[in-house]
Amino acid sequence: MIQTLRKLWRNHGGLHLDYHKEESSTRPVTRVPLADELIIPLQQHAGYRPTLTVQVGDYVYKGQQLASHTGFMKVPVHASTSGTITAIEDRPIAHPSGLTDLCIVLKPDGKDDWGNARMTPFPDHTQVDGDTLRKRICAAGIVGMGGAVFPSAIKLNVHDNIPIEELVINGAECEPYITCDDMLMRDKADEILQGVQIMMHIIDTGHCLVGIEDNKPEAIAAMQAAAEKLGDQRIEIVPIPTLYPSGGEKQLIKILTGKEVPSGNRPASVGVVCHNTATARAIYRAVALGEPLIDRYLTVTGKGVAQPCNLDVPLGTPIQHIIRQAGDYTPAAKHLVMGGPMMGVSLQTDQIPVVKATNCILVNDVESNAPQPAMPCIRCGRCAEVCPVNLLPQQLYWHSRARDFEQAEKYHLFDCIECGCCAYVCPSHIRLVDYYRFAKSEIRSQRTAKSKADTARLRHEFHQERLERAKREKAEKLAKHKAQAKTNTDDDKKAAIQAALERAKAKKAQLASETDAQPAGEARQ
Amino acid sequence: MKFTTRTSPYVTGQQDVGSIMRQVLYAMLPGILILIWYFGWGTLSNLLLATGFALLFEWGMLKLRNRPVSPFLNDYSAVLTAWLLAVAMPAFSPWWLIGIAVLFAIVIAKHLYGGLGYNPFNPAMVGYAAMLVSYPVQMTIWPVPVDFSFNHIGFGQMLQQVFAGGAQGWDAFTAATPLDAVKVNLRMDKPLSDIYANGHFGLLAGQAWEWVSLAWLAGGLWLLLRKVITWQIPAALLGSLALMSGIFWLIDPQAYASPLFHLFSGAAMLGAFFIATDPVSSSTTPLGKVFYAGGIGAFTWVIRTWGGYPDAIAFSVLIMNMAVPLIDYYTQPRVYGTKRGFPG
Repeated sequence: MIQTLRKLWRNHGGLHLDYHKEESSTRPVTRVPLADELIIPLQQHAGYRPTLTVQVGDYVYKGQQLASHTGFMKVPVHASTSGTITAIEDRPIAHPSGLTDLCIVLKPDGKDDWGNARMTPFPDHTQVDGDTLRKRICAAGIVGMGGAVFPSAIKLNVHDNIPIEELVINGAECEPYITCDDMLMRDKADEILQGVQIMMHIIDTGHCLVGIEDNKPEAIAAMQAAAEKLGDQRIEIVPIPTLYPSGGEKQLIKILTGKEVPSGNRPASVGVVCHNTATARAIYRAVALGEPLIDRYLTVTGKGVAQPCNLDVPLGTPIQHIIRQAGDYTPAAKHLVMGGPMMGVSLQTDQIPVVKATNCILVNDVESNAPQPAMPCIRCGRCAEVCPVNLLPQQLYWHSRARDFEQAEKYHLFDCIECGCCAYVCPSHIRLVDYYRFAKSEIRSQRTAKSKADTARLRHEFHQERLERAKREKAEKLAKHKAQAKTNTDDDKKAAIQAALERAKAKKAQLASETDAQPAGEARQ
Repeated sequence: MKFTTRTSPYVTGQQDVGSIMRQVLYAMLPGILILIWYFGWGTLSNLLLATGFALLFEWGMLKLRNRPVSPFLNDYSAVLTAWLLAVAMPAFSPWWLIGIAVLFAIVIAKHLYGGLGYNPFNPAMVGYAAMLVSYPVQMTIWPVPVDFSFNHIGFGQMLQQVFAGGAQGWDAFTAATPLDAVKVNLRMDKPLSDIYANGHFGLLAGQAWEWVSLAWLAGGLWLLLRKVITWQIPAALLGSLALMSGIFWLIDPQAYASPLFHLFSGAAMLGAFFIATDPVSSSTTPLGKVFYAGGIGAFTWVIRTWGGYPDAIAFSVLIMNMAVPLIDYYTQPRVYGTKRGFPG
């Protein structure tokens, strides 16, 4: 057994599960041949949809950008191979309700031609400043490949006021069945560690901890050997006890550093940055080779596939094509999941493509774990015993069920990581996580509705005010006009009267003078 | 290919409500066997009658409430309530006494409050306490424990006592329980050393009764080992009972019974491992369990020592049941990444 002298911390709760890892980790990783068409969803990350830069009919090279990332929380997507864009349309994406989203459909030409799409490599990253490297990481379309798909460049953008004490690399891979990070660490340990060095340069830290669960001795040995070869004393490979969910970001940080990330904050607030091993490797390839993120390791496993294995897959490859590489379905195939059995997404169809987040395709039968009818909660508290966040799942359940969302939030609903431990142990088979998802989405939509309502109200108030102001101004103007008109009329009248009087006076005077003159004239006649 | 969809997690553990309740029933077996050794037909008739009534009332209430019958009858919660009542009530209890006790437990304390999971009070203890205040005589008459009691009180006598309004000369078979004897004699200002010398007392507490308590303890420890229950409730209940009795025993060992006597008398062990640990009506937070069970232990000693009843587990449990929502509210654990567990 691999020993470590490093002190480790323990999270509350956790579960020992049936891991089923050997099924897929005994075969070597092979490259999947190109499918007939690749389906590349525009949005594969947490954030906003990037801007499309190609049109139907365009020929694209391997690695060419298909959508650009100018703007906040945008990450580009790239062509996984060379070929022609045959469609840009809505296709089903990985979502339990069979949601569709805008996808670029690429018909490979089989040449796998990079053209001039490769970015300029930085052979020595130490000569390049952090900002440039971060821009490269964003331009390469790199997101967290452990499943959360948060843009990596943003995670690496740390503030100067909190120095980063540790970079934590997540190689825990705690979910059952999944072995792609395990295989990646066995195969590409040197690339991962070089990616680690690049990240340490960007965030300017002198210490890196790579956490790997101790049920992966080969991966630990490979990583330790690579670290030794690299001779970088700053990087420490740390085996950690196997306990689900030790691979949760905040859980792993606690185990390795003893630090707790404050509720609602990012790890950087306690001087830690955490990235997945596959992300580290993608960063190495983006910086040192100039290659964007266009393929990934993933696990195909479960009772429903004939030859469970790990594959190196071009992004956009439909699941159906991948299943064929794993010896096709067995008759047991009833249930398709993207991700693991605890947190994965259940899929309706295998026409869905592999995306940056896809670490596992799990095909199982339904019978072996059919959902049992829920009984009433008997308050046994097993859920609270296993919760890695130390929540009271039972209270969250009651309040979510009663739609008392305010109370649910007080019981720290948003600290729930949806790991599924509570639902796993519940003797009453209550689908606890569903209630939390429901409550969270209700609260979010209420918040959205409220902020929309607030905006609408502000707008309405502003509109009202503007109307009133306009009315007021109009009235004032009118009043002024009237007042002016009034004074004007008075003056006019006076003037007119005056003028009339004067005219009359003048007439009288004239008449008088005329009568005076008449007699004289008469007299003269 | 099309697939059915569900929500995560897609795997679940092996336990269900029925398996938990069944394990508690298994853990009661050592205690029940010892009771059968000492009380023979009396314990058996209690168990059978209580189980029968419980299943009948449970079935009836489920029907009346339009609930599915088989999942709830198969959860064994009604059987557990019945067994707890059967071992708590005096052996050879008349059938109607058991019937009314189970009626209070299953119909009133459980189903009228909403059924499994919704009852604020421990159903078995509601049934027990209702009988104790309504029929104090019948509820405090225990037969004398005799080795292999089947030879002592026969099947016919059992039938008479249970179904026919009482066996002839029944008084000869009964005696005060150790807790009762100690209480009554202490009231008469007798020193404890005299009381112990006159009665049937063993090494720890009452003769025979200490074996029953030890058997409950053994079953309880097995439940702890199986992680069906957590350590907080038994430890806090027995701890506070020992602490309270210990303080007064140190002050005056002739006027106050020793902690050992309290722990191994009456329903202390049964209460600590099987009754107070009822998940539905007990506190659920780790710290809350300590306060909840600590309160039960303290109240038990107070009522045993100064109250009107010889034993007090039932009343103490019911009193603390009332405090559970408050205790749970103020003992929330500290959530990861937050400062304190106290609600904001």
